[in-house]
Amino acid sequence: MSTLEINDLHVSVKTDDGDKEILKGVTLTVKDGETHAIMGPNGSGKSTLAYSIAGHPKYDITSGTVTLDGNDVLAMTVDERARAGLFLAMQYPVEVPGVSVSNFLRTAKTAIDGEAPKLRTWVKEVNATLANLNLDATFGQRSVNEGFSGGEKKRHEIAQMELLDPGMAILDETDSGLDIDALKIVSEGVNRFRAKDAKAVLLITHYTRILRYIQPDFVHVFVDGRIADQGGPELAEELEANGYDKYVKAAVTAG
Amino acid sequence: MGLDVSSHLHPVGSFDLADHPVPTGREEVWRFTPLKRLRGLHDSAPLTGSEYDVKTEAPEGVAVGYRPVAHSDRGLSGLVPTDRISARVWQDTTRVLTVEVPAEAEVAEPVFINFTGTGVAEAASGHLLVKVGAHATATVVVRFQGSTTLAENVEVAVGDGARLTFVTLQDWSDDAVHHSTQHALVGRDASLKHVAVTFGGDVVRHDVTATYSGPGGDIEMLGLYFADAGQHIEHRLFVDHNAPKTRSHVTYKGALQGQGAHTVWIGNVLIRKEAEGIETYEENRNLVLTDGCQADSVPNLEIETGEIAGAGHASATGRFDDEQLFYLRSRGIEEKEARRLVVHGFFNDLIRRIAVPELEEQLAATVEAELSKNVLKED
Repeated sequence: MSTLEINDLHVSVKTDDGDKEILKGVTLTVKDGETHAIMGPNGSGKSTLAYSIAGHPKYDITSGTVTLDGNDVLAMTVDERARAGLFLAMQYPVEVPGVSVSNFLRTAKTAIDGEAPKLRTWVKEVNATLANLNLDATFGQRSVNEGFSGGEKKRHEIAQMELLDPGMAILDETDSGLDIDALKIVSEGVNRFRAKDAKAVLLITHYTRILRYIQPDFVHVFVDGRIADQGGPELAEELEANGYDKYVKAAVTAG
Repeated sequence: MGLDVSSHLHPVGSFDLADHPVPTGREEVWRFTPLKRLRGLHDSAPLTGSEYDVKTEAPEGVAVGYRPVAHSDRGLSGLVPTDRISARVWQDTTRVLTVEVPAEAEVAEPVFINFTGTGVAEAASGHLLVKVGAHATATVVVRFQGSTTLAENVEVAVGDGARLTFVTLQDWSDDAVHHSTQHALVGRDASLKHVAVTFGGDVVRHDVTATYSGPGGDIEMLGLYFADAGQHIEHRLFVDHNAPKTRSHVTYKGALQGQGAHTVWIGNVLIRKEAEGIETYEENRNLVLTDGCQADSVPNLEIETGEIAGAGHASATGRFDDEQLFYLRSRGIEEKEARRLVVHGFFNDLIRRIAVPELEEQLAATVEAELSKNVLKED
């Protein structure tokens, strides 16, 4: 079980013109068993939130707290966060030339569990997970993300999520750039994961399209580094009809 | 005195030592090399040392042995010394270690030449000739280890339609100085895979040139090197496309770690006017693992005809990619293990392409041993 609590989080990045504040006080709690969608226009800071929680060195946490089941996430190294049960499915997964997918998955699983998985069951599990995501068995011999199509990269991210089995998964624009078939395959993967006991999911997206396949419990509208509105699934439908305009205008007025 | 060399892409050689003055270090071909650490190889140190031991393993059908120069095929490849060290070795050579693969022989097992140096005080010299008959297939692996001061000339002659994999593995002790001048002649529709793997030694400098005796020849050059503190590792390559429809593909990858680690890669390619329809690509990548290292990487391409299938080169030198490390660590993998994966991955593709199964495991183990010196060192 996992509960992620984000409290008044402020995050900056270094730019040529000095530090720029991207997150301006984010407060959000995701309990186990819940799926939260974060929706917002480009540049609103959605990805910054995801990468800050995962511990990317580019982002500087200036104030606020993030805890996972009460443990201070911000005090952990990147790999400690993953071992504590956090997973980030990235929008732009990174190529690691010469490292095979199967070696990578086994190494990560060993790191997360603290012991090597049992060979026979592990191979079966990997093959089944890849097959569910429409990735064939030779996929394991390819170098991590190297030469993958956009859809393959996203399906590989979901395969990792299912195999590493974190308590809390953050999906950063996993739907972007996917055609409808790939979107369905990826959504089925996420739903398989959610069907397990006590999984928490934070789904970051620009579009409402993926929410037709992955039903969120809560929807948060993210504008200018803050949560501008929140509600149930019906809020996504309203955004679908009316877009982000009224929130963006309000933020400009407030700013 | 000295030869009139207008460009190092048009080298002019000579067997006459008088044509090769002692280099000063300002010459284009010597400017990267620490001459002071060559123990006089480039000057006049006697090359008569005998502090080494050579053991050969030859599969059936391959003749390996020393022949007096007069009864050898020395010069078969067309090697003409273009530097003083090579000219001195040529002058002093009395015997030629000859590997002869008869025409049409299919030799699955590699020929091994194991050279073990046993001292650095007296400089030694040698001449190796690898001769592969038409339509034959063979693999020759030269393994160097121990302590030495060695200058050598190497000739490789690949007959028409033949296929040769030629590997030198420089696994020297820290005090070795090794200068090697190599020339390969690749026959019509023949292919040569030339592999240089350099881990050890104080100064290792290899000057490798290759050319074609007919159209359709294919040269692949693969290199893997790992320089530690204070080491100088220099690979100079020159492919002379002098025949139509020939191909050359060069990939060298290196890692550097420790104060004063220095690597040099020179990738020269000349496409002569008559070399229509050729294809060439050169690539050098360096991974800098610590502060205090220097990687020089210089590709040169001179094109005298536009009627070619393709020509290109790439060179990149960089540190660990932070995004790669973040990605791996975000999956729970500890930083050291992530670095280890990235470095093995960097070399893996190259090791696979060498495709000599007898060496694969050893190379992966050597990379691991090098990593333990810095990247994986216990704090």
